[in-house]
Amino acid sequence: MPDGFSAGDTAFVLISAALVMLMTPGLAFFYGGMVRVKSTLNMLVMSFISLAIVSVLWVLYGYTLSFGTDAFHGLIGNLDHLGMRGIGMNDLTGSIPVTAFAAFQLMFAIITPALISGAIADRAKFAAWSLFIALWVTLVYFPVAHWVFFFDGGHGGWLGDRQGVIDFAGGTAVHINAGVAGLALCLVLGKRVGFKKDPMRPHSLPLVMLGSGLLWFGWFGFNAGSALAANGVAGMAFMNTQVATAAAMLGWLAFEKIKHGAFTSLGAASGAVAGLVAITPACGSVSMLGAVAIGLIAGGICAAAISLKYKLGFDDSLDVVGVHAVGGAVGSLLIGFFATGHVGQTAQGLFYGGGLGQLGKQALGVVVVAVYSFVISWLLGQAIQKTIGFRVTEDIEVAGIDRAEHAESAYDFSAVGASLSRALNAPTLVPAGAETKTEVDA
Amino acid sequence: MKLITAVIKPHQLDAVKEALQAFGVAGLTVTEASGYGRQRGHTEVYRGAEYTVDLVPKIRIEVVVADEDADDVIDVLVKAARTGKIGDGKVWSVPVETVVRVRTGERGPDAL
Repeated sequence: MPDGFSAGDTAFVLISAALVMLMTPGLAFFYGGMVRVKSTLNMLVMSFISLAIVSVLWVLYGYTLSFGTDAFHGLIGNLDHLGMRGIGMNDLTGSIPVTAFAAFQLMFAIITPALISGAIADRAKFAAWSLFIALWVTLVYFPVAHWVFFFDGGHGGWLGDRQGVIDFAGGTAVHINAGVAGLALCLVLGKRVGFKKDPMRPHSLPLVMLGSGLLWFGWFGFNAGSALAANGVAGMAFMNTQVATAAAMLGWLAFEKIKHGAFTSLGAASGAVAGLVAITPACGSVSMLGAVAIGLIAGGICAAAISLKYKLGFDDSLDVVGVHAVGGAVGSLLIGFFATGHVGQTAQGLFYGGGLGQLGKQALGVVVVAVYSFVISWLLGQAIQKTIGFRVTEDIEVAGIDRAEHAESAYDFSAVGASLSRALNAPTLVPAGAETKTEVDA
Repeated sequence: MKLITAVIKPHQLDAVKEALQAFGVAGLTVTEASGYGRQRGHTEVYRGAEYTVDLVPKIRIEVVVADEDADDVIDVLVKAARTGKIGDGKVWSVPVETVVRVRTGERGPDAL
């Protein structure tokens, strides 16, 4: 390997990439448990399909648009690496192979559109959703990843490298981006049949807890791995991730107990995810006490924000806006207060003598990504709605999207169904000596 | 013959079953049911959205008995199912024209 290569860093980033991959199935279960029984599978597959579509597009043109040498004022990468052309096994990004870096960043590109799906649970055509993922990563995620994550000595992405917006692991590129796209899509698709009237309780809170646990576990790869090296910044990001998440869970639960009188399991899981979201941009620039503060603030604010949909009347089914857009914005903005200047970045926030400068940069990042994501996502949603149709018919929605779109159902608890299938299918195991006659009237 | 149907609290099932066995009722059918009476349901909170759950889990017991036993069976059942708290349930009976034991083909009270 060439000079500068680090086996330790490479091992760490590859493992981190695998951890981030696990977040997408984790998200599938987190969301899957929150919907009603009749649309469980659809919710799971909406995340899983992102693994398939984005992986292929990443190799074809995603990597080069995101991380190719800047082609135009920090807005988009060039096409030098179409089909991963020109990337050899010995090429390095920092101290790790480009292949390891590309694998790690691919996992971010996969989970970001999957996050959006929670906003339109129960009512999107699967083909339309798949098409949306392909178009959205092309027109929104790949460019925004370039703006935020591509560094090239001042000639890289315009937000991160040129303006100095701090986004360590994706508060803007991943969470605000996905959260605002979720808002745009749920406005395009409209409310679920029975929204605000019928109970739409989570069908399996254990699945939600399992999913949030997997997300939390994978998030260590997401945040610590973003150091791209097995070093002190990674260790700091790891600890910040843990304590912010813990604090956010406590913050959410406290809000819930005061407002609604109970500590719910869904609140614990949601608080954890809100904390993970909020610390994502900040974990490479704040102290551990700062991380605790960010977590507590994010937990309380996100718990309050999810009621917005009832007040404003949009049906963000699984609170993608309240958790990801708001959580991402809270974390990104708080960098402007809590950045110490001593962790991964030298920029200091207001509380550490840095003045308001960094807060202004963070606000720029939040607003630019939110506006861009909303406009393009809304246009894409409308285009799909007007052509192939984005939403299933009311009949299908009421009967359950699983059977109509996937010809499957998540569970079969029916004792009647089981005995019927035994009666209607010839038994394959016959007890010795038993007379068998299996004639079935049609 | 009479069909006696009781909708009771789930945790009273064992007491009712034992009382009916002790009285000599030969068989019974139990179904998980849900419903509400005057007490209505309870409230659950999911991410701040409060749902009033009207339908409360209940157990539905059905027994068919001879006409002369019906009142006594109802008394036994009610006594065993009663906790004195709200939501104890209801018992009612309706006439039954025929009962057939599937295995033997016996009809009427002999089939019970």
